[in-house]
Amino acid sequence: MSNERQRPSAPKSASIILHIVLAMLYLPIIVMLLGAVIQRVDGAWQFTFHWINEVVTDAHLMDALLNSMIVALAASLLSTVVGTLGALAAVKSSKTLRDMLAGMSLISLIFPEIVFALALLSWFFLLHVPLGLPTVIIAHVSFSLSYVMMTVGARLATLDKSFEDAGRDLGASEWQILKSVTIPLLKPAVVGGFILSFLLSFDDFLITYFVNGVGTDTLPIKLYSAMKMGISPKLNALSSIMFLISLIAMIFFFRSASFRVLFENNGGPQNGKDE
Amino acid sequence: MKGLRWLPLPALIWFGLFIAVPLLLVFVVSFATRGTYGGVEWTWTFDNYIKIFSSSYVLIFFESIKLATVTTVGCAVIGVFVAWAMATATPSRRYLYLCLLALPFLTNLIIRIYALRVFLGYEGPVQSVLTMLGIPFDPFAFSQGQSLVLYGMITTYLPFMIFPLYGAFEKFDFNLVEAAQDLGAGPWKCLFSVILPNLKRPLINGSVLVFIPAMGEYVIPDLLGGAKTMLFGNLITERFLKSRDWPQGAALSVLLIAVLLLVVFISMRTERKGE
Repeated sequence: MSNERQRPSAPKSASIILHIVLAMLYLPIIVMLLGAVIQRVDGAWQFTFHWINEVVTDAHLMDALLNSMIVALAASLLSTVVGTLGALAAVKSSKTLRDMLAGMSLISLIFPEIVFALALLSWFFLLHVPLGLPTVIIAHVSFSLSYVMMTVGARLATLDKSFEDAGRDLGASEWQILKSVTIPLLKPAVVGGFILSFLLSFDDFLITYFVNGVGTDTLPIKLYSAMKMGISPKLNALSSIMFLISLIAMIFFFRSASFRVLFENNGGPQNGKDE
Repeated sequence: MKGLRWLPLPALIWFGLFIAVPLLLVFVVSFATRGTYGGVEWTWTFDNYIKIFSSSYVLIFFESIKLATVTTVGCAVIGVFVAWAMATATPSRRYLYLCLLALPFLTNLIIRIYALRVFLGYEGPVQSVLTMLGIPFDPFAFSQGQSLVLYGMITTYLPFMIFPLYGAFEKFDFNLVEAAQDLGAGPWKCLFSVILPNLKRPLINGSVLVFIPAMGEYVIPDLLGGAKTMLFGNLITERFLKSRDWPQGAALSVLLIAVLLLVVFISMRTERKGE
């Protein structure tokens, strides 16, 4: 930033609105977290692990957790590999290919989830692919792919070309340069893309809801159906556990350099369409 | 580039197979006929489109456009103030705010809605406080309804508006504000005459990013809206998953896609004009 000296401050009202927004976002979550571990017994507040325990010993919920983990890990691994290759291809290929890749990733960023959900459902139906974990994984890769390409692409754009040139001068083949120079330099962005797609997949509800088979519910699906019945301390505990899992993944994401690249230099999380 | 010609292939094949082809399929299915037991029969017809304009679907469609528009405007108004306050905070605070606003964006929507219901629900903190203060209220309005849907939509999509705006504020030359202040302009005058004219593009970008997912939203109206609030995303889902009338659902999706492409097209044109 060029003008890093004191910026004239915004009026007090702007700052108040900022803090109201933060309160609106966080107060419900804090209440939910407290509701999972605190209960009222005879008019006094008490700390309890009872509800957490209920969730952890619920075999159905643990199955759903396992499904969520399998899906999120498989989907994020696949989309990291395919997305990183795609981002590399986008800078190294001819203009036509580059435009095609950019167009494709733009489509998957701007189309609403629901359209993909039913498009994929119809496609699987037509191909007679039975719905289940594999179809959920495929669907998750489809929507997280663009995010990986964007994260890695943003880093690639700022990469110093002289490293690759040095490799070339030393007689390395393109493949060797890619393997020993470019990919190691991209590692923070690749890790960031992996965590981001893990988060997107672990949290996804709508697409999973469409392409999910019988008996392969993920945690968000379980929470959704349970929530239709109303709220309860056990659901507080379940949501809190899910929230903490995402939070841990998120802390890794914020610490990875890719977060700053994505949000600060790019002007927005989905700013691919400016280019 | 020798030896690396395959590099774009994985991403292109994936995009083609699991994004482009399924989307084309939706288009094709929209001209098909519903099978007797759900599914699709390949008898071509325009009926699915005619039906859209001759039934209550049109009303639901305009209702969705209205809600998405109100959400977008709400996000824009709040977003400008939030981004302004963020950008003029100290650099370390700026990063903190950025993380705090990105965090809910990356947590599960179902969890956030669940937390909202705990927060606003029966015996929740909001109702307790209101009761304690003796303020009369309608408990039912806190469990479901249009205003709750709007609240959910704005808190969910606000980050999409804030990030492009914040990115623009980061690049904004605050000397202009200082100059205006030296010339005697108050904060409102600064906002409308100096800051906002420079925020046109991020405002348009942010609006597109909010409007598109808001238009196809399913989860928020489904969980917060109650039985009376039927929006376009819910209608499409209902057609697909419950009535199993895929051709009708596909036709509705094509209409949704058409509207969204129109929005993107308009925003791109206004962008070009601005140069």
